[in-house]
Amino acid sequence: MNNKVIHAIYNDDDILMDAVKKVKGAHYHIDEVFTPFPVHGLDKAMGLAPTRLAITSFLYGITGLSFAIWMTNYMMIADWPQDIGGKPNFSWFVSMPAFVPIMFELTVFFAAHLMVITFYMRSRIWPFKAAENPDVRTTDDHFLMEISVGNNEKELTSLLKETGAVEINVIDKD
Amino acid sequence: MSSHYEAPIREPLVLGDKSYHDITVDIAKPIEGKANKNWYMAFTISLIAFLWGIGCISYTIGTGVGVWGLNKNIGWAWDITNFVWWVGIGHAGTLISAVLLLFRQRWRMAINRSAEAMTIFAVFQAGLFPLIHMGRVWNGYWVLPIPNQFGSLWVNFNSPLLWDVFAISTYLSVSLVFWWTGLLPDFAMLRDRAIKPFQKKIYALLSFGWSGRAKDWQRFEEVSLVLAGLATPLVLSVHTIVSMDFATSVNPGWHSTIFPPYFVAGAIFSGFAMVQTLLGIMRKVTNLENYITRLHVEYMNMVILLTGGIVAVAYITEFFIAWYTGSPYENFTYMSVGGATGPYWWAFWLLILCNILIPQLLWVKNIRRSFIWSFVISIVINIGMWFERFDIIVMILSKGHLPSTWSRFEPTFVDIGVFIGTIGFFGVLFLLYARTFPVIAQAEVKSILKVSGEKHKQLRDGNHE
Repeated sequence: MNNKVIHAIYNDDDILMDAVKKVKGAHYHIDEVFTPFPVHGLDKAMGLAPTRLAITSFLYGITGLSFAIWMTNYMMIADWPQDIGGKPNFSWFVSMPAFVPIMFELTVFFAAHLMVITFYMRSRIWPFKAAENPDVRTTDDHFLMEISVGNNEKELTSLLKETGAVEINVIDKD
Repeated sequence: MSSHYEAPIREPLVLGDKSYHDITVDIAKPIEGKANKNWYMAFTISLIAFLWGIGCISYTIGTGVGVWGLNKNIGWAWDITNFVWWVGIGHAGTLISAVLLLFRQRWRMAINRSAEAMTIFAVFQAGLFPLIHMGRVWNGYWVLPIPNQFGSLWVNFNSPLLWDVFAISTYLSVSLVFWWTGLLPDFAMLRDRAIKPFQKKIYALLSFGWSGRAKDWQRFEEVSLVLAGLATPLVLSVHTIVSMDFATSVNPGWHSTIFPPYFVAGAIFSGFAMVQTLLGIMRKVTNLENYITRLHVEYMNMVILLTGGIVAVAYITEFFIAWYTGSPYENFTYMSVGGATGPYWWAFWLLILCNILIPQLLWVKNIRRSFIWSFVISIVINIGMWFERFDIIVMILSKGHLPSTWSRFEPTFVDIGVFIGTIGFFGVLFLLYARTFPVIAQAEVKSILKVSGEKHKQLRDGNHE
């Protein structure tokens, strides 16, 4: 398999969006697009599947809520029930209103942190990770589209030129 | 482009003829350039205040809480006043970034980064006070529900003080993560611009290797939205729970059912005032006048006016109810005739003046849009909101059920020093932040440039597209 890729660089998000649509229309597979800011609708135009991070967050939230219920029940009711200020802790349900803040906070704590950790893991970003954007200008004001090249280098290059790319580089990927 | 349409009557949020690259340059400038004399002066003053605070805290810890002006009746005074004040200030950041995100308010993008930084630094200061008030700071971990050597004697989940532990730590950690996730693309921008190898290394580390793939951005936006959805009830819960420290006690003046919403409104009121104070200075020092504009100042003043109004209604309600009960105990509370004419009359009237009367000036459009006026009024509100907490705590505790125990609170130099120290610490953190962090969420501002940039709007409106 040929490991050549084309890097088409654009300097405007609207031109990039039109280019993505054109390239998709010509039935090429876009490997990756690097942008300095979120371009709305780009994921749909590229045909990316919607992210499921919100669903994971919901599941983590339920986990946090269950943990809070288990924890308050174990510590306040099961392990060492105390009578504090004439308010005994005999039954979780009777004492439940006092635990609502804890249940809420732990739900949020789990939902937020575990979702962000999942995001970092899925997008492979963490401390000491080396950046992978091929051109430093893509965090400033340039947009880079990466397409792998088969035997169609010429057609692809001319198509990309038509779409308004300001720079087209063919690069050998190791 | 029709997809970038915004009504012409809306004022632009980004002034001047800016390109994407200009935004990058403008926001990287304060970091890449050298600090000016004003910065060094402000930093030195903050550092001295901070060191003085460290000295006072060390003295407190070494000798005991007795070095404060507390007495048998007034068992907490400046410390909890400062705690509530700082937590309140820490409310604006997450409100701006979370609630305004859910409401799709584009103006938040110029100020959310610094407001969140302020939130995090303010919550640091807040957390300090309950810890040192414990007296034995080294036992601070006892507030955590961990198995221990006392025969698994657990923490008391019925107590609002423990709810506070959970609320504040959740709030701090979630705000931090929200802030940092938003910072990743901006750190990446700085990393890719950095010339000095040391800077490059540091920003590469801080940016977690952010590359800006389409998929990353898709996830980034989803995560931001969900975090905003989670942080919105969270930010409201934090000051609700802080107010329950008082509201669940059986003490006239504290035992009030309106405390939670009243405290939340007060927190947002004081938080926006602090954002106004800080950004008023920062926009000048960092030459970001094109991004933090009169319009931003006006919008923030509108929020201040609204929350200030809620707070005023709460004061009036408290005052009326205290009078209406006919209970003599209620006449010793902070919102009562007794309070207004008693030994702490000056604190009462300072509160009314700073929190109700002076903020009404913001109804005048020219004042609301003036940088200087906004700055002055924001400082007045900061003072007023400190006195609100002081009144609630000290005025009420000074006259308990047993008249022979009535007393006053006189702060010692340690009380004052610790408070000044936290202001210094806050200043040190914020000034360091302003020199090393991208103070505006540049990636987000770039995404609204075509919608709300002055030049783009002019071109579009001229064309009658």
